[in-house]
Amino acid sequence: MYFVSFLLLFPVLTAVLLFFAKGYLAKKIIVITSSVVISGMALIFATMNFFTLSNRFYIKDAEFVNILFLIIEFVIMCYLIYLGIRFKKYYVSLLSLVQSGILFWLELSGQAKTEHSFNIYIDKFAIIMCSIIAVIGCLICVYAVGYMKSYHQHHKEYKDRTTLFFPLLFLFISAMFGIVFSDNLIWLFFFWEITTFCSFLLIGYTKTKEAVTNSFRALWMNLIGGLCFAVAIAYCALKLHTLSLHTIVHMGAGAQAVTIPVFLLCIACLTKSAQLPFSKWLLGAMVAPTPTSALLHSATMVKAGAYLLIRLSPLLAHTVAGALVTTIGGFTFLATSLLAISQSDGKKVLAYSTIANLGLIIACAGIGMYEAVWAAMLLILFHAVSKSLMFLSVGAVENSIGSRNIEDMHGLIVKVPALAFVMLIGIAGMFLAPFGMLISKWAALKAFIDSNSILLIIFLVYGSAATLFYWTKWLSKLVAGVHHSERKDNQAKGCEWFSLLAHSGIMIFLCLSFPTISRHLIEPFLSEIFGYKISSIIGDGNIQIMTFMLCMIFILPFGIRVLTLDKTSKQKSSYMCGINTGDDRKFVDSLGEKKKMYLSNWYMEDLFGEKKILLPSIIIATVIIVVLLVIGIGGAL
Amino acid sequence: MIKIVSTVLYLVFAPVFGGLLAGVDRKITARMQGRKGPPILQPFYDIFKLFSKEAIVVDHLQNLFVIGYLVFIIFTGCLFFYGGDLLLAFFAITLAEIFLIMCASSANSAYSSMGSQRELLQMMAYEPMILIVAIGFYIATGSFSVGEIITSQTSAIATTPGIFLGYLYILTIKFRKSPFDLSTSHHAHQEMVKGLTVELSGRTLGITELAHWYENTFLIGIIAIFIINATWWSWIVALAVCALAYFMEILIDNTYARVKWKVLLNSSWIVAFGLGILNLLALYYIK
Repeated sequence: MYFVSFLLLFPVLTAVLLFFAKGYLAKKIIVITSSVVISGMALIFATMNFFTLSNRFYIKDAEFVNILFLIIEFVIMCYLIYLGIRFKKYYVSLLSLVQSGILFWLELSGQAKTEHSFNIYIDKFAIIMCSIIAVIGCLICVYAVGYMKSYHQHHKEYKDRTTLFFPLLFLFISAMFGIVFSDNLIWLFFFWEITTFCSFLLIGYTKTKEAVTNSFRALWMNLIGGLCFAVAIAYCALKLHTLSLHTIVHMGAGAQAVTIPVFLLCIACLTKSAQLPFSKWLLGAMVAPTPTSALLHSATMVKAGAYLLIRLSPLLAHTVAGALVTTIGGFTFLATSLLAISQSDGKKVLAYSTIANLGLIIACAGIGMYEAVWAAMLLILFHAVSKSLMFLSVGAVENSIGSRNIEDMHGLIVKVPALAFVMLIGIAGMFLAPFGMLISKWAALKAFIDSNSILLIIFLVYGSAATLFYWTKWLSKLVAGVHHSERKDNQAKGCEWFSLLAHSGIMIFLCLSFPTISRHLIEPFLSEIFGYKISSIIGDGNIQIMTFMLCMIFILPFGIRVLTLDKTSKQKSSYMCGINTGDDRKFVDSLGEKKKMYLSNWYMEDLFGEKKILLPSIIIATVIIVVLLVIGIGGAL
Repeated sequence: MIKIVSTVLYLVFAPVFGGLLAGVDRKITARMQGRKGPPILQPFYDIFKLFSKEAIVVDHLQNLFVIGYLVFIIFTGCLFFYGGDLLLAFFAITLAEIFLIMCASSANSAYSSMGSQRELLQMMAYEPMILIVAIGFYIATGSFSVGEIITSQTSAIATTPGIFLGYLYILTIKFRKSPFDLSTSHHAHQEMVKGLTVELSGRTLGITELAHWYENTFLIGIIAIFIINATWWSWIVALAVCALAYFMEILIDNTYARVKWKVLLNSSWIVAFGLGILNLLALYYIK
């Protein structure tokens, strides 16, 4: 109880302090101290409940809190309506008015008073999510302290609005805690809206035209989700007479009564997790400074949708809503993986890869089977760490070499070796055996096969091929050893460097320790919601082999040193059909002049370009949603 | 016990087998082209000579990556011949391939970078089919484990003929044979010299050759497990099928000109769908 209140309130307190703090040093101290406190508390909380945890309900009849939420909600609504009118985006005002209106009507007319009365629910899943949010979220905040300073040195044209920026980061973390702890749907919705609101402000940080457009796109897409959420709440309150997520989930799969709210909640989750056709808001979100992207893409925001879907997963097995979620998720995985091939902007590749991975998580949740949900939870865990690591390292590279284009990272291993190594770990973590994401993909594949879903198998096998292509392409850029390269300074110092190293450490730690985490946190949760237990999804023997592979990879560089294999070999310039000009950078062209050699990756615009794939995928996804909604809701009415 | 014996046998004899296969391959190819061809043991003379030569590299990272390539290829083969998990073996071989690609790109050379990008494209082309092969075995025999696949009552091929043909199709890419030898080939007379391995010489080139022999043995092993079942004579049939399949690869190598990359990618993905996915559908249907 104390832990929960602390985790909810302390970040808010930090935000308030940061808002009034004067000077950069003060902000730095506050951010670092609170980050240590928050992640420390979350980890203590997790350790205390690691081996045993009987699920706990907290906070009964909190009328005072409800009124407080209502007031905050009202203020936000007024602000959004004002912004919508000021920027002539009237649909935003309308959406905000309607969804908040539904809530106010429910609360004020007393309809929201239901039998149930507990607002907070803690189980092992909440503990896992809480640790991810706290640790990764806080590491991103720590990184931001260093990053924002150099950001404003590099970008003089933007006004320094860090007074607003840092408080928003902490508010965001608090709201995410709220989402994973709440059992009362109204509370959950409140925190859900806070994340929408915060992300809107964070995306619009630079106040350029592009940033404003993109922030409004993020806002209206998430408001559509919010509207579905609000209608779902109204339906639950009026028809089911309960607002407890826990109670609703326990009504069981296929229960006629829950079909409609589950559909609506699924749509809300799809918008939050930026699945097709709602993906554009997340792609636009990269105009914001790197810590924002890292936060939105890894531990928070998009994971909220995935979180709620996993909670709902027992209701989704063998239903039309489940089919909707799996089809959209799987299709998004394939389409965005293909799209990522044609991108050379580092952040954009990461954005597409986030959407793709969320698609996979969501597809797993939609299957609603033990092993699929196991895979989904591990994916959330590993994806949060490796994606955050990737975003932060791209940010650091951008500060060091002045570009975040993958083509410009050619030879990074010679220019800024430290950052290149961190990036190598991040990329390896994203798709390579024996690192984390692959283990979860493996489990996902098994689940897809066992649930006889041939469509998902198609999405997965082709999508994985594309994933392999764009990540390896990036890897091969990093390791190019350009002779006589100028060493660039690693601009990631202090806080930033600490955060990057911590991420890499956590990544490797998780790869080694995930069987324990699975046994003590994930499996108990799953056997509780599904009522049965599967021994282990990936056999112990195979896990040992994977660990062995991991060790081999780390021993390899040292092994070669010891065997002095690389000392004996002579070094020469690369072969250019005899037209080298003495180093491996220039060659003599047909007119006898020296020309600089430029090695490019393949992007295959004509096959996988945004122009070619993006619009058709959005249309297909829309059609899938509409058709399945009609079938599902038509069947329920 | 038998598992350990077969793993050790693989470790020791895979290079011998791979080398002999390469020798026979060269002989048959020569006869198809009306030449006499080198002696069967020529690949061994070549590799011994390579190992005795001084290694010249463009970048020292190449040594690391090339060793990584060899180590993980051998690891894959051991896993397979130990009777381990087929899917895990495929993941491991992917890792090995990525080491090879990084090796080629780390040289920062025009020809080898071009080769590495093409190799990557080839990987993307065959990856769906490779996964489908593993899935097919799992649905047909109920296990990913090679040990259990070869002791099942009926041969996997009885229910997975489409997947078998699809596998043979992508095997042409894996064996680096025409028409799919885009990234590097056994013949150094192409527009990008020797592609992937341009910047490797002496011992490092010898290592890639050795790894290729280990890899080929593993790939042929997969053809065999399509056939092998609990009966003893299925092993003999498997041997014959492997020999026939390899002969077909040589024949195709000598009768087809190299295709453009788009044809490679499109055709592999279409084959994976038409033969692989449809076969999976049929499997689900009969189950």
